[in-house]
Amino acid sequence: MKIVLEHLTKVFPGRGKNAPDVIAVNDLTFEIPDGKLVGLLGPSGCGKSTVLNLVSGLLKASDGKVFFDDDDVTGIPAEYRGVGVVFQNYALYPHLTVEKNILFPMENFKGEKRLSKQAMLERAHQAAKLVQIDGLMDRKPAELSGGQQQRVAIARALVKQPRVLLMDEPLSNLDARLRLQTREEIRRIQRETKITTVFVTHDQEEAMSISDLIVVMKDGILQQLGKPQEVYDSPANLFVARFLGTPPINVFHGRVEGGKLLLDGQAVLKAKRVPDQDVYVAIRPEGFIPQKDGALQCGLKAVEVMGRDVSVVADHPAMEGEQIRAIIPSTTRVDDGAETIRFALHPEKVLLFSKSDETRISAALK
Amino acid sequence: MDNRSMKGWLYLLPAILFLGVFMVYPLIDVYIYSFEEGYNSASQTYYGVGTYNYSYVLHDPYFLQAVKNTLILVCITVPISTGLSLLISLGLSNIPRLRNLFQTVYFLPYVTNTLAVGLVFMILFRKTPYTDGLANLVINFFGGESIDFIDGPYWAKMLVLCLYTVWVVMPFKILVLTSALASVDETYYKAARVDGTSSTRIFWKLTLPLISPTMFYLIITGFIGAFKAYSDAVALFGTNLNAAEMNTIVGYVYDMLYGNSGGYPSYASAAAIILFAIVLTITCINLLVSKKHVHY
Amino acid sequence: MSKIMDFEKIERGARRTERVRNVIIYALLGLWALVVLFPFYWMILTSVKSYSAYNAEYIPQLFTLSPTLQNYADAFTAVPLARYFLNTLIFTVITTAVMMIVTVLAAYAFARLDFPGKNAAFVVFLSLMMIPNELVIITNFVTITNMDLRNTFLGLILPSITSVFYIYLLKENFAQVPDELYYAAKVDATSDMKYLRKVMIPICRPTLVTIAILKVIECWNSYVWPRLITDDPNYFLVSNGIQEIRENGFGRENIPAMMSAVVVISVPLILLFLIFHKKIMAGVARGGTKG
Repeated sequence: MKIVLEHLTKVFPGRGKNAPDVIAVNDLTFEIPDGKLVGLLGPSGCGKSTVLNLVSGLLKASDGKVFFDDDDVTGIPAEYRGVGVVFQNYALYPHLTVEKNILFPMENFKGEKRLSKQAMLERAHQAAKLVQIDGLMDRKPAELSGGQQQRVAIARALVKQPRVLLMDEPLSNLDARLRLQTREEIRRIQRETKITTVFVTHDQEEAMSISDLIVVMKDGILQQLGKPQEVYDSPANLFVARFLGTPPINVFHGRVEGGKLLLDGQAVLKAKRVPDQDVYVAIRPEGFIPQKDGALQCGLKAVEVMGRDVSVVADHPAMEGEQIRAIIPSTTRVDDGAETIRFALHPEKVLLFSKSDETRISAALK
Repeated sequence: MDNRSMKGWLYLLPAILFLGVFMVYPLIDVYIYSFEEGYNSASQTYYGVGTYNYSYVLHDPYFLQAVKNTLILVCITVPISTGLSLLISLGLSNIPRLRNLFQTVYFLPYVTNTLAVGLVFMILFRKTPYTDGLANLVINFFGGESIDFIDGPYWAKMLVLCLYTVWVVMPFKILVLTSALASVDETYYKAARVDGTSSTRIFWKLTLPLISPTMFYLIITGFIGAFKAYSDAVALFGTNLNAAEMNTIVGYVYDMLYGNSGGYPSYASAAAIILFAIVLTITCINLLVSKKHVHY
Repeated sequence: MSKIMDFEKIERGARRTERVRNVIIYALLGLWALVVLFPFYWMILTSVKSYSAYNAEYIPQLFTLSPTLQNYADAFTAVPLARYFLNTLIFTVITTAVMMIVTVLAAYAFARLDFPGKNAAFVVFLSLMMIPNELVIITNFVTITNMDLRNTFLGLILPSITSVFYIYLLKENFAQVPDELYYAAKVDATSDMKYLRKVMIPICRPTLVTIAILKVIECWNSYVWPRLITDDPNYFLVSNGIQEIRENGFGRENIPAMMSAVVVISVPLILLFLIFHKKIMAGVARGGTKG
């Protein structure tokens, strides 16, 4: 099932007298291809959960349209859309056993879709097996761990064979270790079922690691849609560049002049075919190469050894913010007693953004 | 005892005094009264100890009438008021506008004087030589015969008593049920909706089980409250309830206590203890049933 | 194409069901509001009809074009309504005030002070919550009679003071005040009584107000105990007054005057409710029952 959003807009009336209306989702247009796992990503309050609710039909769009394949489902209430939803708190019915929870959606089938008791049980157990909770069928939700509840919720959403599977912050209620494990699990289940799946998250690492596509949103507006690596490598604007990647990208105030990229007046790279202008220069932490004759000289503040990598904390007159952080392989020696450190830069890890609208300036850097 | 512990008991002292004199002591004393035969309240003497008081009460036609009335009242008003308040609370939790206004209006009977509003009900239902009353006007409109609900046939009087009792107990039940419904996590309903659950199924399979603890709390307190009915009956039929055949068990206790003949605290005690035993039994049965049906 | 048409039908159907559902719900709720409000309307309406007009209506009229306040004047002159009113006021104020003092002290002891036997005492208190009034009222009647306190305010007030439930409610609230405040006060050599007055009571004021209001309602409407303990109309409370009026006052058939008396005694509580309805409803939802 392909999902298409066309100029989708959701306005919530302001609360209290004279409060302005809140535009949660603003003129959103994009397409989610069939059978993909898509991460809807953005800081909290960016409207990503609202998009999910508009797709599920739990909210009515103020404007624009939602299509499932070629069917316009914009006005169709949630109960007729045939979507499966995994809620952030799982919403497992506390008084029903795991089995009854999973059976619940199928018991709503009417007419020819209605299954025999036997068939329902069979499908429930299949779904339980898929998410590996078939040994827990007689438990109540309160007797399960967070991870197990999560699996039950997924099984319940899958058992009715939905056209689309939607997950709201599926991992946010799990502890760190379980989170890693569960996100692999979601990936596997999606691969096996091939159901078009959209999940919402504020954690970019989570979205990057398992999604086929990620959709980055801010203030209800679509920022960028693409494969995780593409979005990471060539972000559409400074916001996307900052939002993706840990540690975050380092931003400098710089200038392009005469085919050279200047940081604090020093040329650090060649920039061809870019008109002279002030720019934001964003450098990924892995874009720094310590070199005696490197073009970028920084003050060295600290060297943090983290096993596989070394994190170098430094500062530079042109930087925005408190400090810059470079990640280098631990095989590279750094003298942590030195006052300064010089870096050469990986040209493809250096991104330029316009000072006026923060969009990316495509430049051939060398 | 050191100073600090003295202080604790000192702060408790007023409460202990009041509770001791007006609650603990009476609690023990009422059992003693109930077994003292032939107690004379003027001379404060009695002939012997035994179960005669109980046997007297249990054979008193007025008491039997009171038990019958109370049982009918309980069996009719508890299910009706609980069901109706559930219906209204469901309605309240499903409307977008005016919810607070309705809630406030519905709570109004709680703060009004039972005796005072009972008088209004009496006027609405009474038939006198001057007027048939408003209730009868409605009955006539639908082609029925006028009935005196206040001094007329037994079933008519019982009907008004039940109506008034329901009117009086509804505010509390609506309030408690609305807050129980409001505390159900919204996402359960969302989850059910996405799965295409019909609203009847949502009610029976989700809402009702999720608020079942509150339902049982209301049923238990409803039983206890209805068994203690008294002022509602006084409001409608006057203080001489025995003559009106409308006495309740509590009414019987008070009548015994403060009769024209100087009072029979022994009989009153026996009747009160019988009432307490009935209420306790029913509450225990309720609790046992609720253990089976309340899911968590 | 046909599939799209189907979707349109579903959409229209869903909208129609919702509208029909809303109409039914509002009708039901409106009906119940009418049932609740009608007795109040009738009571006010009847109280402003003149005696002769009321008795001339074989078919009761749903409105009146010539309202009169004569009945209110009658209500205060023909029966001692002002007396009943004043009695109830005295009874309510004193009972509530004394109860508040007793309750605050006990709740503070349970929540804040440490002393041997505290937990046992608290369990005893809790179990007293289950004792029905009907069981203890008999002995109280005898006690008060023997103390020669019938037809006195003291006799009315004393047994009405204790309320285990409110002690429990307030103790829970007191216990929520952070311990650090107490230790800080102790370091500054604040006495317990001062701490209670200057810290605990101001912090827990909302609960105290709720308890006071609930007790006022209970006192204003109390009927059984006053009926047992008073037979002198000089000590009647409004409930007993209404009963007395119904049985002996005005001549049995002066319904409009009776209704104006009913209005007069209902107004204070309804006013109180309109001002504090949020507090009252929240307080009752936390575990009150019909007093």
